Amino acid sequence: MGGVPEYHGPFGKQQAERLLWRAGFGARAGEAEALTKLGMKHAVHALTRPAPYQLIGPAPVDEKGRPIAPDDAFGHDHLFWLDRMVRTNAPMIERMAFIWHDWFATSNQGVTSQRLMLNQNELFRGNALGSFHDILLDVTQDPAMLVWLNGNQNVKGNPNENYGREMMELFTLGANRGAYTETDVRENARALTGWQGSVVAQQPTAFTFNPARHDTGNKTIFNQTGNFDWTDSCRLCLNHPLHPSFFVTKLWSYFVPTPPDKATVAGLSELYAGKWLVRPVVEAILTHPDFYNGPRMVKPPVVLNAGLLRMRNRYIDTSVWWSLSAQAGQQLFYPPDVGGWDFTRWLDTATFRGRWFIAAIVQGAQTPSGAPSDPKALVQNAIAFWASPTISSTTQGLLQEFAAAQLKRGAAPTDVQTALYRLVASSPDLQTA
Amino acid sequence: MSCYDCNRADLLRRAVARAGKGLPEIEPGMPLPAGTGLTRREFVSRTAGLALAVYGGSALTGRAFDEGIAEAAVAPASQQKVLVTIFLNGGIDGLNVLFPAGDPRYYQLRPNIALPQTAGIPYTEDSRLRWHPAASGLAALHDAGKVSVIPAVGYANSNQSHFTSRHYYEVGATDASLRTGWLGRYLDRVGTQDNPLQGLTLDVSLHPSLATASVPVATLAAADQYTFAPPGLPAHPLEASILQEAANIGAAHAKSSDPGLATAGSIAYDSHHLFYELGNFKYGFQSPVQYPSSSDPFPHRLAGLAAMIAAGLPLRVVGLTVGHFDTHATEAAVLQRDLQLASDSLRAFQADLEARGIADRVITHVWSEFGRRGAENASGGTDHGSAGIGFLIGTRVNGQQLGEHPGVTGGLDPSGNLVPTSDFRAVYAALLEQWLDTDGNAILPEASGLQRPALLR
Repeated sequence: MGGVPEYHGPFGKQQAERLLWRAGFGARAGEAEALTKLGMKHAVHALTRPAPYQLIGPAPVDEKGRPIAPDDAFGHDHLFWLDRMVRTNAPMIERMAFIWHDWFATSNQGVTSQRLMLNQNELFRGNALGSFHDILLDVTQDPAMLVWLNGNQNVKGNPNENYGREMMELFTLGANRGAYTETDVRENARALTGWQGSVVAQQPTAFTFNPARHDTGNKTIFNQTGNFDWTDSCRLCLNHPLHPSFFVTKLWSYFVPTPPDKATVAGLSELYAGKWLVRPVVEAILTHPDFYNGPRMVKPPVVLNAGLLRMRNRYIDTSVWWSLSAQAGQQLFYPPDVGGWDFTRWLDTATFRGRWFIAAIVQGAQTPSGAPSDPKALVQNAIAFWASPTISSTTQGLLQEFAAAQLKRGAAPTDVQTALYRLVASSPDLQTA
Repeated sequence: MSCYDCNRADLLRRAVARAGKGLPEIEPGMPLPAGTGLTRREFVSRTAGLALAVYGGSALTGRAFDEGIAEAAVAPASQQKVLVTIFLNGGIDGLNVLFPAGDPRYYQLRPNIALPQTAGIPYTEDSRLRWHPAASGLAALHDAGKVSVIPAVGYANSNQSHFTSRHYYEVGATDASLRTGWLGRYLDRVGTQDNPLQGLTLDVSLHPSLATASVPVATLAAADQYTFAPPGLPAHPLEASILQEAANIGAAHAKSSDPGLATAGSIAYDSHHLFYELGNFKYGFQSPVQYPSSSDPFPHRLAGLAAMIAAGLPLRVVGLTVGHFDTHATEAAVLQRDLQLASDSLRAFQADLEARGIADRVITHVWSEFGRRGAENASGGTDHGSAGIGFLIGTRVNGQQLGEHPGVTGGLDPSGNLVPTSDFRAVYAALLEQWLDTDGNAILPEASGLQRPALLR
């Protein structure tokens, strides 16, 4: 692993839980314990080198039992993907697709075709742990992206800079690093001219490269001059000396909340440069000491939702999730803008409310037929209800005090029990990993 | 974003805006947290017959909540000055909002999207300029002396990235590493630990200008939506106690040395606190004026804001966002629609504040991350530019333009972008000093050498 440090501490249930939540969608009952037996390295490989992709469990339906309609019904694109997160045997594939969706944040608000958004989603899934080189080339000619950032309206003689700028700023090089100039942005837009196509009544129409719309003059990008086209544009960005450090630092930020030190950036960059392979970089991040030793991360709303469903062995049986997730700050296929979601600021008093609803509705309305009248047993039951995650002694202690106080007031033990279900799911312990 | 068929986006907005409404009400009125030594103060607002209760006292839970909670929520708030900051998202094309109808160069630069020479009404402070017809609301407020226009606001060496330039405006400095908003730092200086409403974002997530380092702030989608009964589920007998206990557990973790746990903990605590501080407000309000009817939440948010201020809720700074002004393509239709919505809503908001007799307490600052290129592109739109347009609105502003409009003949830099004639940091410093009685240099690291414009009448 070159110069990238590796974690050598204990790999117990808490470390396995963190790995499962950050590289996937949490742990079903017993999953974390099973992973600890593999040791860290093999546990990581179990996620990054999964068995052939499979969906396990019943197909998604709405609250009336009807199949979902991902191409057509509003919000069902979100349900389609959430279902994959819940049912997949390869959660890391879906988690990486989720990262690419944020990285190349495209919103159906501009694209207006769920089919095109789902095609892009399949692009990300297919390249999940593959080659960033391939992802960038595929995204640059992806119809949803062409519509979203006006690549389809970028014509010779009068270029539209939108994609050319974000390609450098957000996708490959980063702003304010001295990687490119405003002139590079304009010249890059010229190189990218030629694509056309549109969405008419939500249907993709005539997406193609039209040489007549391409500017064949010389362009100068990063001090290199030539009759560049869109493939050159990708190549120049990928070969830029500041691309590897941008790539590994951005990828790191999805997995670890503290910034990587210089040696780590250098080691990860060396692993990546010239090969553009994602998997080795991800594996190095998931075995890094900072991953296990550093502070907890707030779970993204969709990850929390999928994980709570997995903990309950529940599948998509209602369409409510897309709107609750939107209230929690994340509707899939509707990032706030091309910069994606702010993964450092999921929580505020508004999004807390959405997460509160998600926890309550995954739990559902059912009441157990009986419940113990011992506070400690009630709390243990509540933790077991959520597939027995690690819950801090601080939280457990307060939950026991709460249960005791409610019982003393005369509350029914079954009501205290279901209240505790909600409190475990809403606790800072389960909101973070 | 080329297309403006926002039917689906509107559906989403409506769905989000309505979630929680029309569902079983299981929070009857004002639930008193059980088993606490709660005291409650109620007062009836002078306006609109609003019954507003504010919880106070030092023992909301008797255990987890800090001393003096909600003390800030009553007396001084009725006199508190409020600054509303409104972000026109995407970089609004100032050159088509206040357009240089008298300049032939404008028509050369924009053969397809220039506005006709007779469109809109003349801008009374500069005979070369006219208002976009969709900005009629702002024009009318301006003619009544309640709008100070900032026709070309920006900073030297303007950054043309949405994210970087917006960040600069949000943190109040051309510093990519600053992590607190300029109004957040103001709140850290004058705010309190027990009043999340002091920095209120009316949106689905925090307005970064209001990001603080130490004091709590609040975010809510609208004044009348902050309920916690899970939609579609039967009432839980212990519902109010569950939320209170979540806050209690949150308070314990808020002290954690782990920043992830501490954030999750303090937000749970703040959410519960906000729930009570909003009192009956979360169930509805009335407006004395008509706001634009729209599926966009912006006018409803402003209506709720006016009602909250009138009711004496302890607001200091409030952030909102409106529109999709990143008009790389088909600009004419997009700008018409979103400018109309923003302008009409702002006019209604001002009328509302005046009808409620609280207009002298509120200044609204409207801004965008940059303006757009002087020349149009081939997609019937404009690419990112430099200086943009801004507004200060209220009965207390002096209604005088800040800086000249540089025009498009001689006013464009070598890249074809409008040069700034006022600096956003000087405007911020002037707002802090003249409106919020706070030293601008203490909040804005780059403001010390900048001359402050006079803002107030």
